[in-house]
Amino acid sequence: MTFIRRTVLAMGAAALLTPVAASAQDSIKIGEINHYKRMAAFAEPYKLGIELALEEINAEGGVLGKPLEFVFRDDQGDPAEAIKIAEELMTREGTVMITGSILSNVGLALSSHAAEKGYLYLAAEPLADSLVWASGNPNTFRLRASTWIQAAMLAEEAAKTDAVKYATIAPNYAYGQDAVAAFKENLTRLKPEVEFVAEQWPALFNIDAGAEAQAIERAKPDAIFNVTFGTDLAKFVREGGDRGLFDGRQVYGLLTGEPEYLDPLGDEVPEGWFVTGYPWYGFDEGTPEKVFVDAYMEATGETPKIGSLVGYLTAYSIAGAIEKAGATDTASLIAGFEGLEIPDTPIGTLAYREIDNQSTMGAYVGTLALEDGKGVMVDWTYKGPDGYMPTDEEIKAMRPAE
Amino acid sequence: MAFLFAQFLTGLANASSLFLVASGLSLIFGVTRIVNFAHGSFYMLGAFIGVTLMQILPGHVGFWGSILLTGLAVGLIGALVEIVVLRPIYRAPELFQLVATFGVILVIQDLALMIWGAEDRLGPRAPGLRGVWRIFGEPVPKYDIVMIAITPFILFALWYLITKTRVGVLVRAATQDREMVGALGVNQAWLFTGVFGLGCALAGWGGALQLPKGGADLLMDFNIIGAVFVVVVIGGMGSLPGAFIAAVLISVLNVLGVTYLPQSTLVLMFVVMAVVLIIRPYGLLGREEVAGEHGQVGAPETPIRPYGRTGQTIIAALLLVLAALPFFADQFLLILMIDMVVFALFAASLHFILGTGGLVSFGHAAFFGGGAYAAALLVFHTETPMELAFLFAPLAAGLLALGIGWFCIRLTGVYFAMLTLAFSQLVWSLAFQWREVTRGDDGLVNIWPAPWLNGTVPYYYFTLILGVGGILFLRHVIHAPFGYALRAGRDSPRQAEAMGIDVKRIQYAAFALAGVMAGLAGGIFVFSKGSVFPTELEIASSFDALIVVFLGGVKTLAGGVVGAGFLTVVEDWLTRLEYWRLLLGLLIIVVVIVAPEGIVGSIRSAWQRFTHRKEETPR
Repeated sequence: MTFIRRTVLAMGAAALLTPVAASAQDSIKIGEINHYKRMAAFAEPYKLGIELALEEINAEGGVLGKPLEFVFRDDQGDPAEAIKIAEELMTREGTVMITGSILSNVGLALSSHAAEKGYLYLAAEPLADSLVWASGNPNTFRLRASTWIQAAMLAEEAAKTDAVKYATIAPNYAYGQDAVAAFKENLTRLKPEVEFVAEQWPALFNIDAGAEAQAIERAKPDAIFNVTFGTDLAKFVREGGDRGLFDGRQVYGLLTGEPEYLDPLGDEVPEGWFVTGYPWYGFDEGTPEKVFVDAYMEATGETPKIGSLVGYLTAYSIAGAIEKAGATDTASLIAGFEGLEIPDTPIGTLAYREIDNQSTMGAYVGTLALEDGKGVMVDWTYKGPDGYMPTDEEIKAMRPAE
Repeated sequence: MAFLFAQFLTGLANASSLFLVASGLSLIFGVTRIVNFAHGSFYMLGAFIGVTLMQILPGHVGFWGSILLTGLAVGLIGALVEIVVLRPIYRAPELFQLVATFGVILVIQDLALMIWGAEDRLGPRAPGLRGVWRIFGEPVPKYDIVMIAITPFILFALWYLITKTRVGVLVRAATQDREMVGALGVNQAWLFTGVFGLGCALAGWGGALQLPKGGADLLMDFNIIGAVFVVVVIGGMGSLPGAFIAAVLISVLNVLGVTYLPQSTLVLMFVVMAVVLIIRPYGLLGREEVAGEHGQVGAPETPIRPYGRTGQTIIAALLLVLAALPFFADQFLLILMIDMVVFALFAASLHFILGTGGLVSFGHAAFFGGGAYAAALLVFHTETPMELAFLFAPLAAGLLALGIGWFCIRLTGVYFAMLTLAFSQLVWSLAFQWREVTRGDDGLVNIWPAPWLNGTVPYYYFTLILGVGGILFLRHVIHAPFGYALRAGRDSPRQAEAMGIDVKRIQYAAFALAGVMAGLAGGIFVFSKGSVFPTELEIASSFDALIVVFLGGVKTLAGGVVGAGFLTVVEDWLTRLEYWRLLLGLLIIVVVIVAPEGIVGSIRSAWQRFTHRKEETPR
């Protein structure tokens, strides 16, 4: 009976899944795999950003004379599921490449699969730097600014102060550990006398914020480097604020200024923290940054998140690469992405470096302040990755695949 | 000293919310024997409803009133769930309700997303309780003190309800002997509904009370469920004071762990649980299960027989079809079939100990993921050729099963399930936190098969031979004397012992064999995906296997395999839709209610009824 039913089911599946590819193939399809349910707060603005860009691109005549189309699929945040979907999109749906993912582990799985099966993967949002470095391969490109440069920008600011004793707090998983390591390395290089007196590693989204605040206070640091985000950040800010942990201490917060994390804090935003983020409310009229924000708000009725920007740039990167390649086979697309330059994006010219397939997207850094009961970044600047990246030799040594 | 005291207070404050949720779960389990996996969802509902109410009702009265109302609202929702989903399936096999509660989780997840949107909500402050009091010079938030003060009252109220009131007497009586309570004219259906509602209300209060220290978000349900199970098990399932002591113990230890072992935060809780269960198998204040309570419910089963000639012919024909599949199917169907066979073998290995052995393991993913990791680690660190590394997957998983089984086999029923869960969580936290070796959640990538296997078609045949071979081997073992001895140990351990069967040793061997087969599935899996991540070792992965076994039918031979096929296809199809979690949850609930014997069991009963009727028709 076992096999009877299994096969009947499989046949049923086959019937259900029979490709509808017979319909006219007059658009260029891109496979987009993301965690739409598990991380809806991040995936939704990202998807809206893509859709806005697609509307603009297709209104201008699409790419190579055809409309550009995204096929959106949910992977439940599971790397194995993502690979299965990628396989289906590439072999059945007729997509020409894959993009997407927020979680680093899904990004890494897709990247390895892309190299093995010979298609192109543009990692849109995953933060792990090993995507382009230790686990880098020629088939994977990454859009999102690297964790390394963001940590380096904060370290540069920290080195200007006379704080010597630092405490770090970061979620106990790969991203948190990479971020702390990058901050330590950059800060120690700039200011060798610094000392790290406490390292706290709460479990991701399961922080025991009161205990963490107590443990850091006990080490009496001069300054704190914070990588917590989401609900962990909210709890840490509340418990730490109540217990006076941030009084008289400079705090450096990775990602804290991103609307995804800043908005939920409401009027409890910790003023004075130096952070990376996305100050969409602070752009001057007439700048490309402001034009994007206005277009996004008009199209969606919502204020943009950093994910919106990343989604928007994702679609434009892909359109640019296809135009440059002139064809949609993988070899041409890779050649299209290598050294690709897209002028006039909301953050200026966006390029993809040939040395490690990493985009030149930078980061906004600034100080947190409270305005009208909402957290904002003030005195912010946008910085490109130049001067913050490891040297070319270091990167070459890290990329085993080339 | 002052610092230690402040830490102790922080631990106590954390314990109060945890205790509320855990006491609800413990109460529900104690009375109805339902392992309510959806308990975290009611906690999440409590947080969201609480946040919403607090926005409508401001001020002191509004704040505390909102918390009160939240509990009532969540209690009502819980009662409704009990009536609609769980009441129809009380007669189903033990732990079958687990599957239904999993459906409930999916439904609540999507409904919460629809109603409250995706963004996290920060909880409002308790009015008048902002800031800290200084105790021995250390700052302690005022709200912490309030939470510490509230908990004993709730514990006392629950204790009073259970031990001093008539309702409590009936509840305790129902715990001891459901039939007798029914015979005395008590409507136990409503008693169960009431208890389930109360348990959910407690979870809701837990969610609302923690709001000033946190907030509401869509990941809360899965984030708390691990800790809640640990508390309930350490305290002793069904014991309220036990849950209180365990909540305090876990929370205080966790606070100390944060300070002195900051990277151990994930492991610590499960180490404590494993240690407690090894020393006191029934938890701190729990009592030993009454013998027979966890035996098979319902009429005795007919002995399992191999298929007759017709069955064998059909299977042979279908094997031929599967073997010929690459000649007419496209590449993606083969990929889907590979996934299905891997999942089927994994489920069949769980079904082997669960169905035939009566050993309900909540941590079977430890062996599936363990096997996958064993092969991947070899390839990653020593560049072992794929063929050799592949052999290591079942081997390592088998050894792991021997190690874990040595501790677990001494226990039975829910305590066995919980100890396996604790060990699998240990393995998971090891894979997650031992980054030098496992690369943490970055996972091990680029684990691809040897060149001769590197196409979809060769790998399909490879999977088909090993996967189907493994399943057939397990079926062969079930029909061998070993399988009958295992079943004897499940149905009547004492008689089996009297016949000279060493029940524990047989179970130990079966547990190890199931580990080997799960490891084999893990080995096929890792080379088909080219990567492995701690996700494969998570609780969710273990529960996937459990769910398909129950869905397919525990008391049937093909249950695991059919359940795996069913869920793979349905999920693949449903995830294309926007509200797929809602639909999948509803589908699981419907299947559970319509087919309480599982898919195969129900088809078999229907077939038997059909053939029976045919015999009776006059000639």
